[in-house]
Amino acid sequence: MRESILKLLQQNSRISNSEIAARLDVCEDEVKKCIDSLEEGGVIKGYTAVINDEALENSAVKAIIEVKVSPSRDGGFDPVAKKIAKFSQVSEVYLISGGYDLRLVVNGQTLNEVASFVARKLSTIDGVTSTRTHFLLKKYKQANMILHEDEDFERLKITP
Amino acid sequence: MDYNKFIAQHIQELPKSGIRKFFDLVNLMDNVISLGVGEPDFATPWEIREAAIYSLEKGHTSYTSNLGLLSLRKEICRYLKDEDFNVEYNPVDECIITVGVSEALDLALRALINIGDEVIYHEPCYVSYNAEIKMAHGVPVKIETNIDNEFSLDAKQIAEKITPKTKAIILNFPCNPTGATLNNEQMTEISKLAVEHDLIVLTDEIYSELTYEERLPSIASYPGMRERTIFLHGFSKAYAMTGFRVGFACGPKELIDAMMKIHQYTMLCASITSQEAALEALRNSKKSMLMMKNEYMQRRNYFVKRFNEMGLRCYKPRGSFYLFVEVTSTKLSSLDFAEKLLEEERVAVVPGTAFGSCGEGFVRCCYAMSLEEIKVATDRIERFVKNMKD
Repeated sequence: MRESILKLLQQNSRISNSEIAARLDVCEDEVKKCIDSLEEGGVIKGYTAVINDEALENSAVKAIIEVKVSPSRDGGFDPVAKKIAKFSQVSEVYLISGGYDLRLVVNGQTLNEVASFVARKLSTIDGVTSTRTHFLLKKYKQANMILHEDEDFERLKITP
Repeated sequence: MDYNKFIAQHIQELPKSGIRKFFDLVNLMDNVISLGVGEPDFATPWEIREAAIYSLEKGHTSYTSNLGLLSLRKEICRYLKDEDFNVEYNPVDECIITVGVSEALDLALRALINIGDEVIYHEPCYVSYNAEIKMAHGVPVKIETNIDNEFSLDAKQIAEKITPKTKAIILNFPCNPTGATLNNEQMTEISKLAVEHDLIVLTDEIYSELTYEERLPSIASYPGMRERTIFLHGFSKAYAMTGFRVGFACGPKELIDAMMKIHQYTMLCASITSQEAALEALRNSKKSMLMMKNEYMQRRNYFVKRFNEMGLRCYKPRGSFYLFVEVTSTKLSSLDFAEKLLEEERVAVVPGTAFGSCGEGFVRCCYAMSLEEIKVATDRIERFVKNMKD
């Protein structure tokens, strides 16, 4: 049941407990108890909306930034990663394998704002050896949702 | 011109599908939420569509062998062995790829029936069975299943219909439109009966993947059955591939060979693009299929709960994506219920009588719709039922 509930919440975090209960054929109390324990146990960290920025008038600027880090003797990549994560401009931080170390998603109102964050805040952190900034041009799929749907076609209304 | 003197007598006598009339009615209206479909709301999983496109890119646009691509037949036989159908067939001569299960059933009936042979089938059922038997010049013999045992079928009910002219029995479990399944005891007894009376069993297992509780092996795997069973299955429902039109039949090579003769002179082969798409479905799309199945199961749970709350009796179907809902408490006939509901609330359901006269008192609701649509539809039905009862 835990997995099913997590899946449903991932698809739609506003789904009601009663709908979850009906879908999974369990009682509402059980659903509530399960979600409470997922929240308390730190499995569910929060609920958020999937927003198609392009549909907004003043859409923000997003950049994906690759960061190379020289790891420290004690904490490896953690101290630098944790420091970067504290900036409110940074919405995502991942340690990854491959040609660089950290992958960030950084948000700003303008191109300049992001550029200046990189120049003044990010590059100057001790341990950051290089950065590459990629500005996001268009989003096609986010949180499992395809943002530009194909056009509909005529589906028969009654079939055997 | 009097065309009736040209049109074959037995075709003139064939009624049009009951669904057809209702379909015309629905098509005249706007803003209808239709629970009247018999196919998945999902588009075919992308990896399957992509395989079909790639097949075209490679220029695979020819005929295939009459039996179908050997690679697909091999994959089907592996699937039947590995995926709990518990029955083994030789892909070389015991499997034929057809244009949907409908064609497979037609081939089987035409291969088996001499004029006047009786074929037993159970109603309410898929709209084609009765007509297909008649078109093959057989005599359809129906068994009426009922709500008391959730539209399941006991050997006893079949035994009552067996005569010296009986040649075959058609089974369709999980059942369209009722969602009924058979349990182990029922299949054991039906098998014994078929062996005892030396009958062929045509088992249409198109909804087998969409079984939500425990799924039993195919009846073909029961003692004495493999040699007398034609197993029919396809990709339309579980893999959301209705438009690809691809199904298959497996059975003893003598029967498959007889079916192949008709197929080679009429259809030649199923579309190669569809066959290659089906191959991809069996090889790499199990996960997508299970995702859709899980979604159907949750919608079923929701749907059943809502219907029972509004006072329309509805048992929980074990398979397929249909609910067979009893509407007698509204004092309306199936057809009146469906027509009034359509008129007043713009929700389309299929009157149970479209699937046989014993479907009177029921309507079929399909849950291959998004839950959002199901919610709106059930809200409207609830209002309608309340008005009817007041």
